[in-house]
Amino acid sequence: MIEVENLTKQFGSKRAVDDLSFTVKKGEVLGFLGPNGAGKSTTMRMITGFIPPTSGDAKVCGISVIDDPRHAKSSIGYLPESAPLYHDMTVTGFLKFCASVRGLSGSVKNDAVERAIETCFLGAVARQSIDTLSKGYRHRTCLAQALLHDPEVLILDEPTDGLDPNQKHEVRQLIKRLGKEKAILFSTHILEEVEAACTRAVIVDRGKIVADGTPEALIEQSGTGSLTDLFRNLTTRDTEEAAA
Amino acid sequence: MTSATIYKRELSSYFAQPTAYAIIVIFLALSMGLTFSFGNFVRVGDASLEWTFFFWHPWIFMLLAPAVGMKLWADEHRTGTIELLGTFPVSTWSAIIGKFLAAATVWLAALLLTFPIIITVNYLGDPDNGAIFSGYIGSFLVCCTFLAITMLVSACTRDQVVCLIVSVAICVTMVLCGYDDFTRELGKAASPAVVEIVTALGVWEHFRSLIRGMFRLQDFVWFASFILVCLLGTSAILSAKRA
Repeated sequence: MIEVENLTKQFGSKRAVDDLSFTVKKGEVLGFLGPNGAGKSTTMRMITGFIPPTSGDAKVCGISVIDDPRHAKSSIGYLPESAPLYHDMTVTGFLKFCASVRGLSGSVKNDAVERAIETCFLGAVARQSIDTLSKGYRHRTCLAQALLHDPEVLILDEPTDGLDPNQKHEVRQLIKRLGKEKAILFSTHILEEVEAACTRAVIVDRGKIVADGTPEALIEQSGTGSLTDLFRNLTTRDTEEAAA
Repeated sequence: MTSATIYKRELSSYFAQPTAYAIIVIFLALSMGLTFSFGNFVRVGDASLEWTFFFWHPWIFMLLAPAVGMKLWADEHRTGTIELLGTFPVSTWSAIIGKFLAAATVWLAALLLTFPIIITVNYLGDPDNGAIFSGYIGSFLVCCTFLAITMLVSACTRDQVVCLIVSVAICVTMVLCGYDDFTRELGKAASPAVVEIVTALGVWEHFRSLIRGMFRLQDFVWFASFILVCLLGTSAILSAKRA
């Protein structure tokens, strides 16, 4: 469903993503791990067609994001890192706008909005202005936007960032549930999330994949039974980089 | 289709916040105030709106039009919603058209609300309503030109204040270029060729013929191509920014 082929992104002299290749199949939830600045968000932005890659290609449901961006984008649901929203709108108004932009109309649109509100537990704030919402609700509103058109591929950039433990749990359950019939790529810093929600995980460091496997395999690879140890061994700390 | 959706969102955003109301009220107060004070509408006793009413519009637009257009892209960049828009299956061009038309609609509403002056002038005298109509078209085109410039500047920055200052500076220059007093002074210092170039960049030459009731193809071509170039530039800047 998601095929990333030799994706590279160069920002000036810095290579943010370096010849990255991986695939995510239907029914798979791929955890995308790595320290800050490892190139996770950049990779996701390239797959979603927001920024063009320097070289390489990403295919979504067999459609290249570079050759046919509009077609490819229509089968992706994307939650950007900062969960951006139009603050002057109500939750329902915002979701209806997103649904219309995605080409839904009439009762199909209304049903899609209702379903997304239900899935993301937004019923209580549906008529409220986004301005007045707490961070958890804002995050879930943006997540609802990604689910509206029932996409085959979900790309979630730190979907649990800034949520309280209850909300984190709910979002993980949601990802797990949706992952049964979709291909999901999500990035996170929280290593226990990998065991809780992923069927597979990759660790990236400085734009390259340094580990790839099921959570169990990765824990085994660590030797100490802890993902944190593996993560710390494989990735570069930014303090090290500054010292070098 | 998607242009229409984006148009609707932008327009309701203008009217959901005080922006549109504030702009419209200030515009009406300024345009009427200037018409009846410095414009000497009553004393002149001329049943035309050319110099009493329309004359002031470029001066008001150069300050107020950027205030309407400044948020169009700057705000998308600041709040990060550009990332949503950029990953929806829509072309940048349809977003540009939708946003531009929404801002233009706010100004169309403001201009239409000056209708009491038409009633007044028809009550007091026997004006050439065709010339008044073409004056409104000229006004609207000047305003759209300034909005297009603002949109171009807005695509460059995430800061609305920077956008406002830069756009106002450009619009003020365009109003001053080609304004009679200015070109006369310039004529003393510079060669006629320079004066001609500067005049060509200003809005007066094209606006003046429209407020006199003259429909000249060249004026429409000038306004349309200026707006189109700004919108194309916006599109180019937005794609360059993402790369």
